Amino acid sequence: MTDSPARNRPARLGSGRVALTGSLRRKLVLQFLAVAAVVAVALFFAVRVTADRAAEAAQDAVLGAATIALSEGLRAEEDGLDLDLPPTTFSMLSAMGEDRVFYRVTLGSDTVTGYGDLPLPATLPPGALPEFYDASYLDTPLRLAAVTRSMLVDGRQVTALAVLGQTRFGQRAIADSIARRAALLGVGFFLLAVPLSLWAARSILGPVGRVTEAVARRGPHDLRPVNQSVPRELGPLIGALNGFILRLRGALSRTETFIAEAAHHIRTPLSTVRTEAEIALRQTQEEPTRVRLRSVIRSVEESSRSAGQLLEHALVLYRTDRVDRSEFDLAAVVTALVEAFRPTAELRDIALALDLRAGEVPVIGDRLMIEAALRNLVDNAIKYSDADGTVDVGLTVADGSAQVTVSDRGRGLGGASLADLATRFRRGGNVTDVVGSGLGLTIVTEVAEASGGRFSLSPRDGGGTCAVFSLPLR
Amino acid sequence: MRFLLVEDTADLARSVQDLLRLNGHGVDWAASLAEAQDCLAAARYDLILLDIALPDGDGRRFLADLRRAGNDSPVIMMTARSAVADRIDALDGGADDYLTKPFALAELEARARAVLRRRGGAAQTVRQYADLTFDPLTATMTIAGEVRELRNRELRLFEILVNAPDRIFSKDQLCDRLFSFAESVSDNAIEVYVGRLRRKLDGSSARIETVRGLGYRLTAA
Repeated sequence: MTDSPARNRPARLGSGRVALTGSLRRKLVLQFLAVAAVVAVALFFAVRVTADRAAEAAQDAVLGAATIALSEGLRAEEDGLDLDLPPTTFSMLSAMGEDRVFYRVTLGSDTVTGYGDLPLPATLPPGALPEFYDASYLDTPLRLAAVTRSMLVDGRQVTALAVLGQTRFGQRAIADSIARRAALLGVGFFLLAVPLSLWAARSILGPVGRVTEAVARRGPHDLRPVNQSVPRELGPLIGALNGFILRLRGALSRTETFIAEAAHHIRTPLSTVRTEAEIALRQTQEEPTRVRLRSVIRSVEESSRSAGQLLEHALVLYRTDRVDRSEFDLAAVVTALVEAFRPTAELRDIALALDLRAGEVPVIGDRLMIEAALRNLVDNAIKYSDADGTVDVGLTVADGSAQVTVSDRGRGLGGASLADLATRFRRGGNVTDVVGSGLGLTIVTEVAEASGGRFSLSPRDGGGTCAVFSLPLR
Repeated sequence: MRFLLVEDTADLARSVQDLLRLNGHGVDWAASLAEAQDCLAAARYDLILLDIALPDGDGRRFLADLRRAGNDSPVIMMTARSAVADRIDALDGGADDYLTKPFALAELEARARAVLRRRGGAAQTVRQYADLTFDPLTATMTIAGEVRELRNRELRLFEILVNAPDRIFSKDQLCDRLFSFAESVSDNAIEVYVGRLRRKLDGSSARIETVRGLGYRLTAA
């Protein structure tokens, strides 16, 4: 309990040191993007292969048709074969672009016409349909088509083979152009995937953020379980959080019970000691014994007061963290407080004057804490007043705040500052003859801080002390 | 005054009873709520001193039940716990006042008087001495039809003296009962109050005599 108030409070949300290992969102985004990159590359290759095949098929169709036309241009003559090369054949092929065309016609193993070293197919195509194959000729890759045709030459049945080869520049050009588009498509897909991944990651992590916000937005006293609807995967986390909240609630209520119990166990035996001493004092005439008994009673009062103030201080520290804010009428609280102190003040013939300028004064705060603070102020004023004096308690409303003023005609502050007097267990230098714990003003200052109010202590004009405790109005 | 003390700590209950009796009050002691119920059924009390934590229940609940049953006997709750929290609870529960343990007898009497005064004075507290009438509840003294108001310490001083007429009280004895042990008292403080009381007694046959070297006593000529 000798720790500073700041250290006694549990670390607030966000101020705790949490080791952050990576970001779920970044991980999600990176994973989405990796998948998108793989898909984009696969897309690129798929389009390219398909385009290559399509371009080859287109070339094959033209090449096949031209080869068939070439074979149909063969005519049987007496001395062999005559090739009447149809002009459409080459105009058909020239549509393929810059490509060069090679042909060869063989009859049996003899080349009848064309390039004699143009590669032949591995096997003779069986029917009228062209056989396609790849080969290299003059260091240039060629696409070739071969068609066989049975002919009667000199009354003999012979098989003529027409071979037509074409360089693949046109096909390559088409394939390249399609490949460029495929690449563009892949890059485009990837670029589109970036914002989509970000959006998806955000929407997946959205519930986490909403739960966080719902918990962070809570007041410090709000210990209800979290009952937001969350995705199934967050269920265990919320369950654990609610379990923790329940345990915290238990711990806090045990603290309050403990404070009350501690007070009970300290004050009850002190009461017996005090009462017994008072009886003994009444029954003995011996002065030395009476002096001792007076000292006993004084010590009991001192320790019971300290115990009370320590417990009240603990209660204030503990309640500061869970501030039970509610609206209440400060005027009613001040009136009840003054009435409660009246018999105590009368015992010393001190008058308590109450000056209520305002009617109801609604404020918001922890009523228990604020009452504890005001009790200390009135108690101090009575304690340090001379007999037959007057303690003035006033409540005014000004500039959006309610001000409780407690002024006495006592011995004053003796030059001490509020900062000095509000220090725990520090008392004014001019009050050593009066029982006190040195915690009263500490409690008042702490309550003012926790309630968003202010507390000031100043010498009163004409002697005495003036304490002002102000709270923001509702 | 007649008190019912409802308190389960036997040591404390015994000494509080003794102290109250020393001041001339009547006290019955109940160590539990059940005993308190029996006492209330058998007798009338000017004031109930009710502890909060009792072995067979919570004093606050007992009080609430009492009030619901139409019993409006004056009740002062005694608490040994947090003064503020219990005060709100006690007063909300229908108590007339509360006392934080440990308390001085003077404080208890002052609060009891205040409660009874507020309630319109149920107790027969008015007493007669010589030619004066003294009512501690209203803090007045009537001499030859003239009502004189007493301040608190004058009242308590007179109460001490009038409870034992002709007995000599030393200054110390009076000081101990008149002043709190927590405050410093000057040597002539008691003389100030004796002086004031003498002025209030002016015209009465009752007077405060100074017994040199011993103290004061109340006598009637």
